[in-house]
Amino acid sequence: MKIAGIELKNPTILASGIMGTTGAALVRMSRNGAGAVVTKSIGPVPKKGHNNPSMVELECGYINAMGLPNPSYTGFCEEIGIAKSKTDAPLIASIFGGNATEFTEVAKGLLSSKPDCFELNVSCPHAEGYGASVGTEPDLVHEITASVVDAVDVPVWVKLTPNVTDITSIGRAAESAGASAVVAINTVRGMAIDIHSGYPILGNRFGGLSGPAVKPVAVKCVYDLYEALDVPVIGVGGITCPEDAIEMMLAGASAVEIGSAVHDDTQIFEKVNKGIDTYLQKYGYSYTEDITGLSHEMI
Amino acid sequence: MRPIHSKITEIIEESPNVRTFFFDTQFEAAIPGQFVMVWVHGTDEVPMTLSGKNSITVQKVGDATSRMFELGIGDHMGLRGPFGRGFTIPGNGENVLFIAGGVGAAPIAPLADIVKARGIEGRTILGSRCCDELLFRERFDCGRVDITTDDGSEGRGGFVTDQLAEMDTSDYDRIYVCGPEIMMYKVFEILKARNVHVKTEFSLHRYFKCGIGVCGACSMDPEGLCVCRDGPVFNGGELEGSEFGHYERDSSGRKCHF
Ligand SMILES: Cc1cc2nc3c(=O)[nH]c(=O)nc-3n(C[C@H](O)[C@H](O)[C@H](O)COP(=O)(O)OP(=O)(O)OC[C@H]3O[C@@H](n4cnc5c(N)ncnc54)[C@H](O)[C@@H]3O)c2cc1C
Ligand SMILES: Cc1cc2nc3c(=O)[nH]c(=O)nc-3n(C[C@H](O)[C@H](O)[C@H](O)COP(=O)(O)O)c2cc1C
Ligand code: FES
Repeated sequence: MKIAGIELKNPTILASGIMGTTGAALVRMSRNGAGAVVTKSIGPVPKKGHNNPSMVELECGYINAMGLPNPSYTGFCEEIGIAKSKTDAPLIASIFGGNATEFTEVAKGLLSSKPDCFELNVSCPHAEGYGASVGTEPDLVHEITASVVDAVDVPVWVKLTPNVTDITSIGRAAESAGASAVVAINTVRGMAIDIHSGYPILGNRFGGLSGPAVKPVAVKCVYDLYEALDVPVIGVGGITCPEDAIEMMLAGASAVEIGSAVHDDTQIFEKVNKGIDTYLQKYGYSYTEDITGLSHEMI
Repeated sequence: MRPIHSKITEIIEESPNVRTFFFDTQFEAAIPGQFVMVWVHGTDEVPMTLSGKNSITVQKVGDATSRMFELGIGDHMGLRGPFGRGFTIPGNGENVLFIAGGVGAAPIAPLADIVKARGIEGRTILGSRCCDELLFRERFDCGRVDITTDDGSEGRGGFVTDQLAEMDTSDYDRIYVCGPEIMMYKVFEILKARNVHVKTEFSLHRYFKCGIGVCGACSMDPEGLCVCRDGPVFNGGELEGSEFGHYERDSSGRKCHF
């Protein structure tokens, strides 16, 4: 299936930051059935990330503040090369920077390793100067997207933060700057405190919520973006089973990314794909395209 | 799971740089080789093997461990776990060999406890830099113990591998190894040359962030196995042709060669 400029093996994609720090781990996830894989977000300089605890499982999902650890684009080309040589699933390079110049430098720097697509992370909620610090301003998002689109010859997706009043204004900025798709959502800003010691649990004190708790937020964002944009929307947030993926598609997603659920089941992609096929057959549809955005017609 | 607020109930000074901390939290179901993420409030959270159902044995090396050494009885740490895959528990009648270097004795000692309790015969090669740093000697009291020290201050002068090289290993059903990676790799090479490496289990170290198999910080080449989830204990067969003994990654994901 061709979506937003790339040929996906199936509609389930490994989300950024999950098992995406090495080529080998990306290959493992594609062998587990992912239709495409997104790398950990890569930036201009090596970053060790925040102190631990950096990810903790809560009652309703997960909270994390990794702090964008990455070996920089110079250190990461080799990993993309490994992934590309060992799997035919498309490889999407997630990148971040503090401004358009940095984003473009990273994208250009990774081009030699031939990623199939770029995903711009303007949405990480807990890395100062990066991610959502730039992704809440439509003008900045437009400038960054346009600059990367101009510099590369592969599709550019833009991953949005839900931590804004109106996600569609950011989506429109990305679309008008030439993005081939938008990806929604990154984690929802959140915090957890240890009531016995009084300490915030994350090393960074606050971070991003993911997993089942954020699915309704993600479904609403995808629903709104589908209505507002012409480019495809990739849904992500809290998908743990086929039903979650289908719900996201009915809201308007052309494909889905899956992150936290890898914790419970590394074979999650295969499971979701099978379930989607069963659903399509049961209700007489031929392709996932047939159900994308269907709920918008039910008014 | 959230970190379990755990009170320190006892501290044993094992050597100048190694202390065992006992807690009021018991991990009854933990298998030897499994670990907990230890949250030192305000500093960091680091992986530590359970050296007993309610204890960790810590070598002072940096920020978090130095902070731990300032804590006393009644103070608290947060514990998440037990996580990861532990050692295969030996069956009755099996012949086992333990090879432990330095603080690497921590994950193997609980296994020796089980072996002793079951009346199985277990032989040990226990090594350290000097006699002050030999760990858990008495817990390995389930058969013959060969001691090696780098400086010759006790037992045989040299490395555990010097001892191993001279031993016949064909009779052992299981060989358990933990210590610095270079040591483990040398052991691996000796046992591989004898074609018994598949009877061996190694407890590995990598930089952990999440500790629960999501972030990918600890993934090993070339299979992308997570040390925190698929390990930290691996069979020697699984490690053939891997990065084991060659390099690890730092917190940013950059390769660091041994
Ligand atoms: C599965 C596992 C079990 C372990 N069991 C024990 C044990 O029983 N006893 C013991 O003394 N040590 C054990 N370690 C090592 C221990 O986790 C590190 O020595 C400790 O994290 C050092 O923290 P620090 O802040 O004092 O050191 P730092 O100053 O932060 O760093 C010193 C070195 O410690 C290591 N380290 C630091 N943070 C981490 C981390 N988050 N994950 C992995 N390594 C890290 C790195 O190699 C680093 O170079 C284990 C490690 C692993 C992966
Ligand atoms: C540990 C962890 C690390 C993440 N790192 C990144 C990242 O580097 N870049 C990014 O765009 N999103 C990152 N995310 C967000 C996920 O890609 C995803 O948008 C979010 O977790 C919601 O999906 P989920 O509920 O399926 O996990 C991370 C999420 C987690 C849990
Ligand atoms: S430490 Fe996160 S996957 Fe192992």
